[in-house]
Amino acid sequence: MWRKSGAILLLTTMAILSACGSNKDGSAGSAAPSDTSSASKAASPEATKAAKDPVTIKMMQYTANGGQEETLKAMIKAFEDANPDVKVDYEIVDYANYFTKLNTLVSTDSAPDVFEVGYENFLTYASKDLLLDLTPTIAADTSFKPDVFKKLAYDAFNYNGKQMGVTESFSDVVLFYNKDLFDAKQVGYPDASWTWKEELDAAQKLTEAKKGVWGTYAPIQFYEFYKTIAQNGGGVWDANGKPTLNSPANVEALQWMIDKASKYKVSPALNDDTFNQPDADLNAFKSGQIAMLRAGIWNFGSFKDLPFKWDIALEPGNKTKAHHFFADGLVASKNSKHAEAAWKFIKFMSSDPAAVGKRIEAGWSVPAVSDESVMDAYFKIAPPESKKVVIEALDSLVLPPVGPKPEKWSELTGAVGEELDKAKLGRETAQAALDNAQKKVEALLGK
Amino acid sequence: MVGQRKWNRRAAAAVFLLPAVLGLLAFQLVPMISSVVISFTDWDLLSSWTKLHFIGWDNYVNVFKDEKSYTSIRNVFVFLIGYMPLVAILGTLLAVLLNRNMRGVKAYRAAVFVPVITSWVAVSIVWRWILNGQSGLVNYLLSLVGIQGPVWLQDPTWAMVSVIAVTIWKDIGFVSIILLAGLQDISEDYYEAASLDGASAWRRLWNITIPLLSPSLFFVVTISLINSFQLFDQVLIMTNGGPAGATSTVVEQVYKNAFQYNKMGFAAAQSWVLFVIILAVTTVLQRLQRRWVVYER
Repeated sequence: MWRKSGAILLLTTMAILSACGSNKDGSAGSAAPSDTSSASKAASPEATKAAKDPVTIKMMQYTANGGQEETLKAMIKAFEDANPDVKVDYEIVDYANYFTKLNTLVSTDSAPDVFEVGYENFLTYASKDLLLDLTPTIAADTSFKPDVFKKLAYDAFNYNGKQMGVTESFSDVVLFYNKDLFDAKQVGYPDASWTWKEELDAAQKLTEAKKGVWGTYAPIQFYEFYKTIAQNGGGVWDANGKPTLNSPANVEALQWMIDKASKYKVSPALNDDTFNQPDADLNAFKSGQIAMLRAGIWNFGSFKDLPFKWDIALEPGNKTKAHHFFADGLVASKNSKHAEAAWKFIKFMSSDPAAVGKRIEAGWSVPAVSDESVMDAYFKIAPPESKKVVIEALDSLVLPPVGPKPEKWSELTGAVGEELDKAKLGRETAQAALDNAQKKVEALLGK
Repeated sequence: MVGQRKWNRRAAAAVFLLPAVLGLLAFQLVPMISSVVISFTDWDLLSSWTKLHFIGWDNYVNVFKDEKSYTSIRNVFVFLIGYMPLVAILGTLLAVLLNRNMRGVKAYRAAVFVPVITSWVAVSIVWRWILNGQSGLVNYLLSLVGIQGPVWLQDPTWAMVSVIAVTIWKDIGFVSIILLAGLQDISEDYYEAASLDGASAWRRLWNITIPLLSPSLFFVVTISLINSFQLFDQVLIMTNGGPAGATSTVVEQVYKNAFQYNKMGFAAAQSWVLFVIILAVTTVLQRLQRRWVVYER
């Protein structure tokens, strides 16, 4: 019985065990290659060239998951061709499991040399002193000028004066619409003047529930919630960093999210299993079953060859406009023995024309480089015709509402998400759910 | 001379035991002790292992203050109430069936055991398809007889029912094989003697089979009890603790707190509280054993 019960404890303690184990392994295993590189770095830049042994850096990222794997592979291949002395051992992890995996690796001192983080998570890792300060490496790199990047994007990964990475790309979420469905019902296309009301009017004309065609769709989860409340003039925090989850504007916005399905029936039923599977909304749009979909611009590539005409527009708001904005950057792990190689790789992936060009061709996301000609190339690729919307959306961007305690971010999203679930499934009213969410977040901050 | 040989034998024994002992130390004892230490710290998984910050009993106090601790333990008991009697009764019936001399009984026994040796991950993913509310097999079959099935895994009530049903489906093979072994241990003599005395089939089941099977049943009950408290894999994959926390279990909470919310200390404290609960329940079960378990000889 003791042994059996002990098995559960194993779950929580596996990490510690492997931490003890790999501390030894790690230092012994990486001693050989790291010795050469740090010795040569100390000696002189010439010595680096003399040491022909290629270093291998490990890299982990998530944005390529679900469609852009080949693009990433080609970008890395281009890097290795240009830098024969560095090999990249990369791994793509889906977003749902990415941070669990990364944290476990970090806690066992086996973090990849270079990894991807969104801006909202960057602060957590930087504040816990887990990232490598690249400032000296960058200073030593005479060929590099920070102004190849847009200033805001470059500075985003500066923590207390230390440059710890750079924005590799940014992306936002806009309204995708199926032109053929709009044409068939003779409904005018969405434009920047639309609000929730116009969206609902159009959606009611476009919905054909019997044929499984829905006017509009947006999931009910935390990320969608924080943007939708912003469109209604609400927010997760007030100016002083106090939670305001159950404000009237927020309750009204959540009610609207629910009503689209339960009252107006212009969205699939809230308990529809299929729509709760990952990427189900994208697949439904691709098969012509959704007229208007809020989706990320990283889907341009996979929507390229759809058998119907589609375009994008700014999202309808209520009191104001609001659009998701995500900045993903590359950072190096504090324990990396290959600072120089890591920086070379980060620089290449985020700014080298070879890498940036591939990102653009594949319709992946928008690079953060300042060169306007590069951006022009991005805008020229259609569909969608209204590609400028990608930039127009930035006028009303909302950042993930990280709040006063960045390290509680995942717990916060989990706690609020569960209450949104209750409202969505009709277990609680929108008001009650947000009252509970407010209490939970207050408790989280109290600890 | 004699002492030397004795020592040699002991040394040999030690060498042969070493792998098992090392394994036990490395994979059981070290983690258990570490988790005790961690449960008194606010370790967040990310900060250095060398800079542990001790916070006394705070984590344990917070376990009892945490609303999710109570819902998860309540969910585990709901699971237990649905799962345990059914798996024991259905397992016994299946064992009795498999104990008969019929054609192809070995094939049936193997078939029943297949879910047991299948990975929970694979099983859970397949069942998620089967139980899909709109396009799943179960609701299709129900629709043939005119019943509109629920959206199993998106409905807070039916989600738990689904988890219970799938777990029974997977575990019943294990339970019935254990009970089958118990049945085959029962000597035919008892049944012959009872038949001569004119005992009905029911009497034979109630007065011979059940009592003589009770040691195996006790084992099955204990194992399923412990497994129920550790309910995790199927929940994580089929429902991820949802919808709206309806299938959130203790171990699922331990996992999320440890690896998603970076509250390793809190999670360690939670798992020790769970350990004490399991210890208490199994101790009670052991005591009760004397009342109903019959040992031959």
